[in-house]
Amino acid sequence: MSTKIKYRIGKSGVFQGLTIAFAFACVIPLIAILLYIIKAGATKINWHFLTNVPKPVGESGGGIANALLGSMLIILLASIIAIPIGILCGIFLSENKKSKLAYWSRLCVDVLQGIPSIVIGIVAYFWLVKPFGGFSAISGSIALAIMMLPIVIRSTEETLKLLPDSLREAGYALGLPFHRVILKVIVPCGVSGILSGVMLSVARIAGETAPLLFTAFGNPYLSTDMRKPMQSLPLLIFNYATSPYNDWHDLAWGASMILLVWVLLLNIFTKLITRKWKVQL
Amino acid sequence: MNTSSLDNTLITRNEDALRVISLTEAAAVPKATKREKHTYRQIGSERNFRRTLTAIGAAMIALVLGIFITLIIESIPSIKSLGIGYLWGKTWDPVRDIYGAYPFLIGTLLTSFLALFISIPFSFAVAIFLGEYYPTGWLPNLLKNTVELIAAVPSVIYGFWGLAVLVPIVRSFENKIGIEPAGIGIFTSSLILAVMIIPYAASLGRSMIQMVPSNLKEAAYSLGATRWEVIRSVSLPYVKSGLFAGVLLSLGRALGETMAVTMVIGNTSLIPKNIFAPGNTMASVIANEFTEADHPVYLSALIELGLVLFLVTFVINLIGKKVIQRYTNE
Repeated sequence: MSTKIKYRIGKSGVFQGLTIAFAFACVIPLIAILLYIIKAGATKINWHFLTNVPKPVGESGGGIANALLGSMLIILLASIIAIPIGILCGIFLSENKKSKLAYWSRLCVDVLQGIPSIVIGIVAYFWLVKPFGGFSAISGSIALAIMMLPIVIRSTEETLKLLPDSLREAGYALGLPFHRVILKVIVPCGVSGILSGVMLSVARIAGETAPLLFTAFGNPYLSTDMRKPMQSLPLLIFNYATSPYNDWHDLAWGASMILLVWVLLLNIFTKLITRKWKVQL
Repeated sequence: MNTSSLDNTLITRNEDALRVISLTEAAAVPKATKREKHTYRQIGSERNFRRTLTAIGAAMIALVLGIFITLIIESIPSIKSLGIGYLWGKTWDPVRDIYGAYPFLIGTLLTSFLALFISIPFSFAVAIFLGEYYPTGWLPNLLKNTVELIAAVPSVIYGFWGLAVLVPIVRSFENKIGIEPAGIGIFTSSLILAVMIIPYAASLGRSMIQMVPSNLKEAAYSLGATRWEVIRSVSLPYVKSGLFAGVLLSLGRALGETMAVTMVIGNTSLIPKNIFAPGNTMASVIANEFTEADHPVYLSALIELGLVLFLVTFVINLIGKKVIQRYTNE
């Protein structure tokens, strides 16, 4: 073999090695973050941590019950708002592939997906906080619902597009009206894809902080009143992580671990569903 | 065919069966039965369902337009009093009522492009590795899923981790090369951002590289090209605009990213002197000062930054989507 060919084969091998090295280097930060947060957070979490509200500065102990409850309420309301609208809009887009309205609507969903979360926060502030005279959990929920919509819509649309037309035609042949074909035949067939989209969107908004800064605002006390400011996990992490107090850092580490584990589990669970049902997203 | 027998025979027109109904039969309209009522109700709700779908589709357009219009209306005070020069103004001092967005524009561009620069080798490596070298198998699958999980970690957690782990590392690095060791600053936030945006370019690039027709690659192999030569001269040129679209989507993410950057960038409104200096991005200054803005022009100047952010990410995403669309149609 001439040296020229050897050189070329060697070069190919070197680049293959570099590609593999760089590709696997991407995983290092994720693993580092996971390990660090589990190490820093696991020791802070106990029953007391989960059932108490944060103590004022200077007192050690305290927990994050207010943030846990707040996060759950805010996400629940956001889901109640976004899931039906998102699924219906996804149905609209998959049923009207060629109409002008659907084209613009699809474009707007794409735009919505790209809008930075802080901009959604600003807009929610002017729509829901300023007119009603104060920060509220409801406005936070609506801001998060706006962020959920594009994910739910896209996954619904993509799932329904993949279903064969024969399903729909069989429904029509039996004399079913349009809405029953959709709701009783098409949606149940695509439910796994829709469900995974919903779970992904919940996982995404669970960690969103920026839209909540100007809407739910945060609250050091336990509160279930959706018309008042409410604490949530990401807000608590942001506020306490940037504070100078070590006790608050400990709370933030515990909260980070709960949030991270929750979000990652949701994502992994979604992936398992999509693999089991062979859904393409 | 004679006319007298027309009554009872089926005639066809345009291949539809028509039955001629005599006058007397048509005149006696029977009362709607329960079954028919049910049918009418179904037809009615079918119509309502279609209307609801259309309304929701239109509502999405209204939502995006509403966001855009709200941003414009709320930034009118600042556009009026500060003019277009606002974007180039070099000082930001709300106490003395001087507003200039230049420090934030520079901060945003520096962090985003530095992050892009750092992340591109990694995300392209993932894309080539998964698209070309090892498309199937458990290890590539694990890598693919792990890289996708990078996008799932909440940004506030990246910020907190950066504050606790990355800042001391960067500080000791700065000590070594002899710069004022602050730790926080543009460079640290670029590092965090680079990690966060890897998945976007990687997953798009992977699906694009997998779409390269295998006969093109086989032709190159049969001419005696090595694996690397095939990738460099066949696969990558074939998908270059797809890779570009992935980079654009990553850039869009980087520009709008708020929390992680806010936590590690240092939050000063001075123009950064070098890439290790603390600074501020458009998103981070909004996050920091929005609730403190105490008079209309100050608040409106912040919203104008939001408007700029909205327009820039809008254009970037639109170009990215168009490029992808052209690919998937071809």
